Amino acid sequence: MTADAVESPRMSYRDALREGLRDALRSDPRVFLMGEDIGRYGGCYAVTKSLLAEFGEERIRDTPLSESAFVGAGIGAALGGLRPIVEIMTVNFSLLALDQIVNNAATLCHMSGGQCPVPLVIRMATGAGRQLAAQHSHSLEGWYAHVPGLRIVAPATLDDARGMLGAALRCPDPVLIFEHIGLLNMEGTLTAGAVPVDIDRAAIRRAGRDITLLTYGGSLYKCLEAATQLAADGIEVEVVDLRTLRPLDDALIVDSVRRTHRALIVDEGWRSGGISAELGMRIVEQAFFELDAPIARVCTAEVPIPYPKHLEDAALPSVPRIVASARALVSREP
Amino acid sequence: MPSLGADMEAGTLVEWRVQPGAHVHRGDVMALVDTEKGIIDIESFEEGMVERLIVQPGARVPVGAILALFEGEPTKLAPPQSAARAQRVSPAARARAAQLGIDPQTLKGTGPQGVVTLQDIEQAPAGQGPPPSPAAGRAGIRNAIAVSMSRSKREIPHYYLQLTMDLRPALDWLEQFNASRPVPERLLLAALFNKATARAAAEKPGFNGYYGKAGFEAAKSVHLGVAIALRGGGLVAPAIHEADQKTLPVLMRELQDLVMRVRAGHMRSSEISSATITVTSLGDEGVDVVYPIIHPPQVAIVGFGSVVERPWAIDGRIEPRPLVSVTLAADHRVTDGRLGAQFLARIRDFLTRPEDL
Repeated sequence: MTADAVESPRMSYRDALREGLRDALRSDPRVFLMGEDIGRYGGCYAVTKSLLAEFGEERIRDTPLSESAFVGAGIGAALGGLRPIVEIMTVNFSLLALDQIVNNAATLCHMSGGQCPVPLVIRMATGAGRQLAAQHSHSLEGWYAHVPGLRIVAPATLDDARGMLGAALRCPDPVLIFEHIGLLNMEGTLTAGAVPVDIDRAAIRRAGRDITLLTYGGSLYKCLEAATQLAADGIEVEVVDLRTLRPLDDALIVDSVRRTHRALIVDEGWRSGGISAELGMRIVEQAFFELDAPIARVCTAEVPIPYPKHLEDAALPSVPRIVASARALVSREP
Repeated sequence: MPSLGADMEAGTLVEWRVQPGAHVHRGDVMALVDTEKGIIDIESFEEGMVERLIVQPGARVPVGAILALFEGEPTKLAPPQSAARAQRVSPAARARAAQLGIDPQTLKGTGPQGVVTLQDIEQAPAGQGPPPSPAAGRAGIRNAIAVSMSRSKREIPHYYLQLTMDLRPALDWLEQFNASRPVPERLLLAALFNKATARAAAEKPGFNGYYGKAGFEAAKSVHLGVAIALRGGGLVAPAIHEADQKTLPVLMRELQDLVMRVRAGHMRSSEISSATITVTSLGDEGVDVVYPIIHPPQVAIVGFGSVVERPWAIDGRIEPRPLVSVTLAADHRVTDGRLGAQFLARIRDFLTRPEDL
């Protein structure tokens, strides 16, 4: 830490996202924001609040309710040399722009032999837990992680919430940033001093030797809480924050499992065909002979996310489920 | 996996000789198994249709493990304790066990659902190196002999008796018997020795059976173990079943067959561990007398030395006679010298009247 570093004030994850946007808008005149209700309303989750007043209508642009149109406009702007940051309200609504994202943004660089890169950033909310029901609560980032040409990131800490955007803007490929709605009000402090943030590597958020928990986004804190509870029983849990879902940081994931010999994957997405299945298979491919227990998963129940609070809670990965699953993998019979 | 000897813990399946759907009879060779005694032909205990092969060639499994399933009543095929599923072993534990030469199937798993974990392997007693290849099995024979003979000398109070026998009547009869027969049907003296010993054992049950935890138990039949030297060193003593009931030509054929199969590495599971008394002969090597060591859990072994022509007093005259020294090593926990003397005398009686054998 440098001598002149100033301790950062407490702020929320939402504030950190906004700080990242301000950093980008200030440092590069090619950067502009567009999306539904991001200007006058301040964004449906208030991430862009006050930015219109600070940066003006040229750079903070409200759009019609047409995801396909404004994502397509973002692709065109990126092709034209700008650095658009497009906000989509939730990942559910991004499906209206699936054609633009998967058929255009992800492919143009490849189809043009590298002549037309699409340095587009799309931010969207993901996840459940706030009783917004099935059409606003799903976690479909695992779907996007299937698609070559895209880079998929999921900031779970304040540092990543602020810093991943800059790395995403420097990336020549379209980057999708998934911001978990359960984290928006989480408070903390940014790491003092300028810490460069990458969008390539996973990170070990807690070191342990008995079992690896692989997770990302909103589930990270459930895993950390589970690790604390398990530590009371002498079970040392390593918690890996994947951070980037495409490309996955195989080296760190496999290295961790080689050390702990056990893996539990915690994903708010559904189990069937999800990113959790991909993670499990990569471990089997690269570290099968290091496994001392079956790979296990804690995922969301295979239902559209329910609206009632008790059913929503029951459907989502929870700390008790994570603790129980981890315990089953490390349990010893006399 | 049948037990092919008191000290056998595990065997390696080398090859299946049957496929699912095959109809097998009791005694048919089903598989080849590599043990410390060499490669053994495993015979079926049952008649029936093979439903499924469980163990793959190359796998080393403990005694009692199920090798294959028959259609029908599985309870008849194996004792209940061996019906248990093979021990589960985690991939990491399996890999580490191979490095350390530990057989994870022999460990009790402490992981979830009883799986053998890495920790179980690392806390297990030191292994004996990687499982033996068929070639390394030859060294295993030496080890098996060492274990068995050490146990014998440690546990069995041997007593030894020796009787010199005049083989003139036996050789005369043999010459006459063979004269009218083509070479393949001719008898060797060994067939007479074996038959005489088997019949003596049938008459004197104290020399024919096993000494176990509950003491001696006489065998109902005479399965005569025949010590056969292996070309690569070591020896085995597979059994000729019910040798006292078989005619000399049959015994001769079985002896020749046994020697050929042993040297080719094709002993059958039913003959490898079932001997109730053993015969050893070092006559070909020119020694006068053999002082053999009992093969546990048997209680007697009979040794035949060389047949040599020597002066022999008979009816007040000295005559050259073909003589053989026959020794008995017997377990003093079961019999005493007087009974042993009677046993040797019965062998002599049988060899004196070979026409009755």
